[in-house]
Amino acid sequence: MGKRGHRRDRFSIPAKYIFLILTILCVAMMIISFTTDFVSEPLDTAAGYVIVPFQRGLGAAGAWLSGRSENIKKINELTEENAELKERIDELTIRINDLQRDKYELSQLRSLFLLDEQYSDYEKVGARVIGKDTGNWFSSFIIDKGSNDGIMTDMNVMAGSGLVGIVTNVGPNWAKVRSIIDDTSSLSGMVMSTSDTLIVSGDLELMDDGYIRFSQLIDEDDAVASGDQVVTSTISNKYLPGISIGYITEIEKDANNLTKSGFITPAVDFKRLTTVLVVTELKEESE
Amino acid sequence: MLRRITVLLMIIIGYLLQTTLFKSISLAGIVPNILIILTSAFGFMRGKNEGMFIGFVSGLLIDIFFGSILGFYALVYMFIGYLNGFFRRIFYPEDIKLPMILIGASEFLYCFICYIFLFLLRGRLHLGYYFLHIILPDIVYTVLVTLIIYKGILFVNEWLESHETGRA
Repeated sequence: MGKRGHRRDRFSIPAKYIFLILTILCVAMMIISFTTDFVSEPLDTAAGYVIVPFQRGLGAAGAWLSGRSENIKKINELTEENAELKERIDELTIRINDLQRDKYELSQLRSLFLLDEQYSDYEKVGARVIGKDTGNWFSSFIIDKGSNDGIMTDMNVMAGSGLVGIVTNVGPNWAKVRSIIDDTSSLSGMVMSTSDTLIVSGDLELMDDGYIRFSQLIDEDDAVASGDQVVTSTISNKYLPGISIGYITEIEKDANNLTKSGFITPAVDFKRLTTVLVVTELKEESE
Repeated sequence: MLRRITVLLMIIIGYLLQTTLFKSISLAGIVPNILIILTSAFGFMRGKNEGMFIGFVSGLLIDIFFGSILGFYALVYMFIGYLNGFFRRIFYPEDIKLPMILIGASEFLYCFICYIFLFLLRGRLHLGYYFLHIILPDIVYTVLVTLIIYKGILFVNEWLESHETGRA
């Protein structure tokens, strides 16, 4: 003890030991949080009350700033009216989608009519986007509703008529949503006109062009063409069936000659996402 | 104590700016990394301990809100803060070249670690694409923002230092 005191005039622990301790702490946290919710839950709660209120305000400021360049005159009036109209459009698009889907369903799956019932109206809760991922690698965002408002992990998130993503993390007054354009996102979809299933996966390389990738589409009759609508499939275990994902823009045969893959243009404009709808119904529950 | 509180406030403000305002005014979808600037700057201005502390807190904040597992970003940021601490000896407040190089290098290291652990391990092999479209613009943008806010960080640090010596 005395010897160490001579070497440094202040009695501080050398940096390399602190480095080691913090490294071990981080690794331990990673392991614990990977297996349980033991550490993350209190932290989620604490952070929720310290950070989220500011984020809410600044998020509004950010949205205002980006909206300002677009409409200079009568900002408030126009945006209010716009929001109202948009809501109406969304409502109507959902209805059109529903009707369209019903038409296909009716002609094709008359025998499986029972399936059709669970497609219709899901309970939804509106939420505001208050923060987006800090880095440039992933595409997830924070919304201003959390477990206090009944939001749970794995709930589907929509914006207007299309699928946005899924809730992956919930705090008391905030929730993290991973969007379907995120590089780690992957879900099972279905071409509405033919009921063929495919895998929809986000890809960072396509994010700039505004596409998402689809693959493993088995389409022996070449019935699927670009412009066809893709919805979430019935076999997905987390996504509710029948939510619009987007429209096929490019399709080509894979090298194996069995499956097809290509690009989908999402139904949602991810660059201008300010409000979303959380479907307060879990896939497991609805079955 | 005053230092801890000031620094914590700076981290929170940096985080908030990065998740809200900067996302709205991003160029080509790329956002400068304020938290790396803070971590790196305090690392070479104040040494390893402070670099580690700021890196750890910044990383933890990102982990809580955006990480898939808790601790990954905390570890990466802390590591970067620690490495920057080695350059304290050759740091002079008047010189802007070293901070810019160090912050640029830190950002590159951060991006590279992210790529290796979060993308390469999932089989995304196009390093060339990611380098040109994500890492490079990220570094350029971050270094540009450094030019603007570095004076501010330096000022805060000098103010804290004068406050500390004044009291001692």
